[in-house]
Amino acid sequence: MTPEELDEIATIERETTHQFQHRVSVCVGTGCHSAHSEEVKTALEKEVSRQGLENWCQVKGVGCRGLCASGPMVEVDTAARLYQGVTPEDAVEIVETLDTGSVPRLECPTDLPFFTRQTKIVLEHAGRIDPERIEDYIVMGGYTALLKTLTEMTPAEVIEQITTSGLRGRGGGGYPTGLKWRTVAIAAGTQKYIICNGDEGDPGAFMDRSILESDPHRILEGMAIAAYAVGADEGYVYVRAEYPLAIKRLRAAIIQAERNGLLGKNIFGTPFSFHVEIRLGAGAFVCGEETALIASIEGRRGTPRPRPPYPAEFGLWGCPTLINNVETIANIVPIVRNGGAWFAEIGTENSKGTKVFALTGRVNHTGLIEVPMGITLREIVFDIGGGIPDGRKFKAVQTGGPSGGCIPEEYLDMTVDYASLAQVGSIMGSGGMIIMDETSNMVDVARYFMEFCMTESCGKCIPCRVGTVQMHELLCRIAAGQATPHDLELLEELCDLVKQTSLCGLGQSSPNPVLSTLRYFRNEYMDQLAAKPGE
Amino acid sequence: MAPPTRVKTLKINNRDVGARQDETILEAAADVGITIPTLCQLDGLSNGGACRLCLVEVKGSSRLYPACVTRVEEGMEVLTNTERLTNYRRMILELLFAERNHICAVCVSNGHCELQTLAQDLGMTHVHFPYRHPHMVVDASHERFVIDHNRCVLCTRCVRVCDEVEGAHTWDVMGRGMDARVITDLSQPWGTSDTCTSCGKCVHVCPTGALFEKGKSVAEMLKKRQFLPYLKLMREERS
Ligand SMILES: Cc1cc2nc3c(=O)[nH]c(=O)nc-3n(C[C@H](O)[C@H](O)[C@H](O)COP(=O)(O)O)c2cc1C
Ligand code: SF4
Ligand code: FES
Repeated sequence: MTPEELDEIATIERETTHQFQHRVSVCVGTGCHSAHSEEVKTALEKEVSRQGLENWCQVKGVGCRGLCASGPMVEVDTAARLYQGVTPEDAVEIVETLDTGSVPRLECPTDLPFFTRQTKIVLEHAGRIDPERIEDYIVMGGYTALLKTLTEMTPAEVIEQITTSGLRGRGGGGYPTGLKWRTVAIAAGTQKYIICNGDEGDPGAFMDRSILESDPHRILEGMAIAAYAVGADEGYVYVRAEYPLAIKRLRAAIIQAERNGLLGKNIFGTPFSFHVEIRLGAGAFVCGEETALIASIEGRRGTPRPRPPYPAEFGLWGCPTLINNVETIANIVPIVRNGGAWFAEIGTENSKGTKVFALTGRVNHTGLIEVPMGITLREIVFDIGGGIPDGRKFKAVQTGGPSGGCIPEEYLDMTVDYASLAQVGSIMGSGGMIIMDETSNMVDVARYFMEFCMTESCGKCIPCRVGTVQMHELLCRIAAGQATPHDLELLEELCDLVKQTSLCGLGQSSPNPVLSTLRYFRNEYMDQLAAKPGE
Repeated sequence: MAPPTRVKTLKINNRDVGARQDETILEAAADVGITIPTLCQLDGLSNGGACRLCLVEVKGSSRLYPACVTRVEEGMEVLTNTERLTNYRRMILELLFAERNHICAVCVSNGHCELQTLAQDLGMTHVHFPYRHPHMVVDASHERFVIDHNRCVLCTRCVRVCDEVEGAHTWDVMGRGMDARVITDLSQPWGTSDTCTSCGKCVHVCPTGALFEKGKSVAEMLKKRQFLPYLKLMREERS
């Protein structure tokens, strides 16, 4: 592949697209896919060909648009009309009205705050390109950032841009990405690896899945740039086996990129070579933890080991290894394209860029959203999310999944950034966001997450293996109205023990949902005790 | 340029200590006669930092560090026996006692058990947590040895000695969380294992009465570990 050839692919693709008068894009992302959007797509294609309009109207499958609960979503021409809840039977009407107007009963307003309040960087291509075609990606400028990296920048300059951008890891820890890259780059050793972490195990989270399914080439290009920067020539994408669609699209993308010389030996005629392989996780939550993930790739049992040494120095097969989350990697291409300073303009002082959240629970618009750091929780819940259904009252928002906490109403005007979330006892996490209304029982919430940690504990270290079981038991007793004040004391003691002494992040953060609900909703615990203090 | 320092000086429990730079806090402490409670660690085997009993405090850090895998650093100030640590250790032990069925009165290792000794050393009086009483099996299918899962603490010493020293890798761990247990080969009766060499190393590294020799009754099972430091020394000399 030469730069000219890359250009040519884009030109041909652009010309082909321009031949069509209309373009009907059907979302084939996770949510719409499960609402049978493939059938809608087939019906539209059939209708177009029945009317002999194949050269006039193009039917495309595209990635997730975010408003998953209203799917299947269909877009007519770019941003002209958006339809929701489309069924195969609607195909005739949609095709017939292409020139003349619209199908009002299907229309989904495009000026909803849900759309207008978002800032799309990571998901800029989602809903706009066919994730199964490399040409679609290239016509959007795909692989030009890699070209620029390989031909105009030194590895140090790439790292410099990432550092300037202020990007922090989106996998939960929030570690500065530039710093991590530099550590791997300067680590001793000739063989280095890069791993993209797509294990995504938090209950209810589907950010990484959506990225992989809507824009797989974005991940491959980002990984190639990262590999060049740190001096790696082999990469792994670790995806959980429960994501068959993501795996299928990623596989296809790798083959397409290899065929076009965008992965493999001497990319763009430079000395840089890079190979990517997929590794499937078997669904253990703990395998998202970096040292367990590495053990799993090596073919061993997926259990964490103490750090240091960190993977940056001693990772896959003992070699320096860069491990980044899918969303972190998805930010690389735009940063290289537009410069680190551009990225650093978005967000707050210590949290730059945007964050993708999976908005679920008691909120009107559930789905996938991308918002700038520094937005308030209130804007997310009431503007983008459209408020609480059934006229109920907002109670709390849970972020960070089983490692995070519940944030009560009094902090709704708090900005969403790493520091603020930590200050109120939660974490940014990987992007799960569950809205709870007045009917939610906070002891139940804590018990649910504890049950998750208990069953997902790998069993290696004692505090997590047994401590989570004991905490779960105590929470069940409280929920059943059988607990004494002494049980509550014991629960708090255990929270402290497990947090302080567990080996890995799973155990260390497993008490967080309990601690944060105790902090803000202690009265609910007290109300459910069998005997009140002093009785 | 100054030559690289080979010796690090640090403070352990306010005592000045010198240690080789590749030593762990546990080793450096042992050199000067300070014992730190351990369970999963065993000289001659790799360390996984799993049991968390050896956690120590390091001045200037809010984190706790597993002494068995943490290397000494220049100027480090380590505390190994604060009240906070003793409390944590006692609770961890209590969690272990509550997890399976440790009935010392009928145990082959009664009186020579590392778990029991730790409980004595840490001043345990009773278990504050509800006992789990899980249903656990005893596998006596091997002609010379028995594993009683009721007494297993999942330290994985057997797994490591079998893999790293004997080279057989008969033992491994299966299952997650409370369901985790050690298995032989593909989770089959020990007696049917194709890989087991019947060397008995696993039996002798086991800290409790979970692994024992047939024919031993209550309190009769003494574990002999001399082979490990010996093999370690011989292998070091050879390399
Ligand atoms: C129990 C546990 C589960 C984790 N699961 C994930 C995961 O599913 N995806 C992920 O990217 N990071 C996960 N992490 C964080 C990773 O260990 C690691 O920090 C991250 O992949 C680094 O990438 P980043 O710097 O880009 O965030 C998990 C950590 C823990 C402790
Ligand atoms: S904290 Fe839990 S998941 Fe992590 S190593 Fe310990 S037992 Fe395994
Ligand atoms: S002895 Fe260090 S963790 Fe077990």
